[in-house]
Amino acid sequence: MGEERVALVTGASRGIGRAAGLALARAGSPVAFGYRSDPVNAEEAAAKVAAEGGRAMAVPIDVADEASVAAAFDRVEAGLGPVRVLVNNAGFSRDGLAVKYPTGAWDDTMDVNLRGAFLCSRRALAGMLRARWGRIVSVASVAALRGNAGQIAYSASKSGLLGLTRSLAREVGGRGITANAVCPGYVETAMTEATRQDNVRRYLDVTPAGRAGTPEEIAAVIAFLASPEASYVNGAVVPVDGGMTA
Amino acid sequence: MDKAELQEKVCSILAEQLAIPVEKVTPEARFSEDLDADSLDLVEAVLALEEEFGVSIPEEEMEGVKTVGQAVDLVATKLGADA
Ligand SMILES: NC(=O)c1ccc[n+]([C@@H]2O[C@H](COP(=O)([O-])OP(=O)(O)OC[C@H]3O[C@@H](n4cnc5c(N)ncnc54)[C@H](OP(=O)(O)O)[C@@H]3O)[C@@H](O)[C@H]2O)c1
Repeated sequence: MGEERVALVTGASRGIGRAAGLALARAGSPVAFGYRSDPVNAEEAAAKVAAEGGRAMAVPIDVADEASVAAAFDRVEAGLGPVRVLVNNAGFSRDGLAVKYPTGAWDDTMDVNLRGAFLCSRRALAGMLRARWGRIVSVASVAALRGNAGQIAYSASKSGLLGLTRSLAREVGGRGITANAVCPGYVETAMTEATRQDNVRRYLDVTPAGRAGTPEEIAAVIAFLASPEASYVNGAVVPVDGGMTA
Repeated sequence: MDKAELQEKVCSILAEQLAIPVEKVTPEARFSEDLDADSLDLVEAVLALEEEFGVSIPEEEMEGVKTVGQAVDLVATKLGADA
């Protein structure tokens, strides 16, 4: 198929999502940079793609809101074409010990990290099934592979994302569609800015690479899983963590 | 569109979607037993019908659909066409 592989990346105004959008654009996809609260940086990322000769747009999408998800897909379809690559990157994290963890924070975490990925995947699948081609890449975390004290909701939501990924892989793997997940280790972004220095140190001590990852190092793996070349990779959970979970 | 035309159209979409000759797609044909369609094939067929006829068929309403004739009836109901 000579058709362009339009990509939608959620939470793409900064951090890993932004880097993933730029990497997909360099690989030839028209890219929609989804943002929730920061149109300026999402527009800036889209403009950067345009300046490099690609096609891109910024699109508002709150993955926790079903109507917003539907509207965003409609806009992307009208602006760039049917979505063939979905990157479930939007993420929410609030740390706290289980015994005192607020119910609302639990719900917010699930709504964004898990329900949001489901809503976006469901909406994307109809078109992917019609095209008999699609790539769904979800950004989980090393917290999905091992427990993390103080991250009960985040870790549960990211583990859930792996279940979603594996079940999708089995459901639609016979239709040219793959669903895979990446599990980043510690990456310096807005999300980890507030991480306490002693926690960072402890993390880096058990990471063979001995340093934090960059958004670009995660994006490169996302872009590969989204590529036509990754056609036989399905239901895979790929740690991108400097060896931390090796 | 009358019922016969509708039936013809639905059958041709189903035949294309399931990649089978249209002669096999009779009103009595059962999706799983006669047409070898699994649940995902059926969902895909419904997506195709939704797109073609501009209707929306929720999952609950798909459940009772076991034969081609029932699929035609469902689309007819959705279109408000009298059977
Ligand atoms: N940084 C790490 O060390 C690390 C490690 C493992 C996994 N991850 C995962 O990587 C992904 C990207 O995180 P990041 O590190 O790049 O952090 P980030 O810079 O904080 O990015 C998170 C993004 O998610 C968006 N977002 C939050 N709630 C949303 C919602 N309801 N709807 C749509 N977008 C929403 C945010 O947009 P707004 O600010 O506009 O809400 C933001 O753009 C997340 O899924 C995160 O869990 C990160």
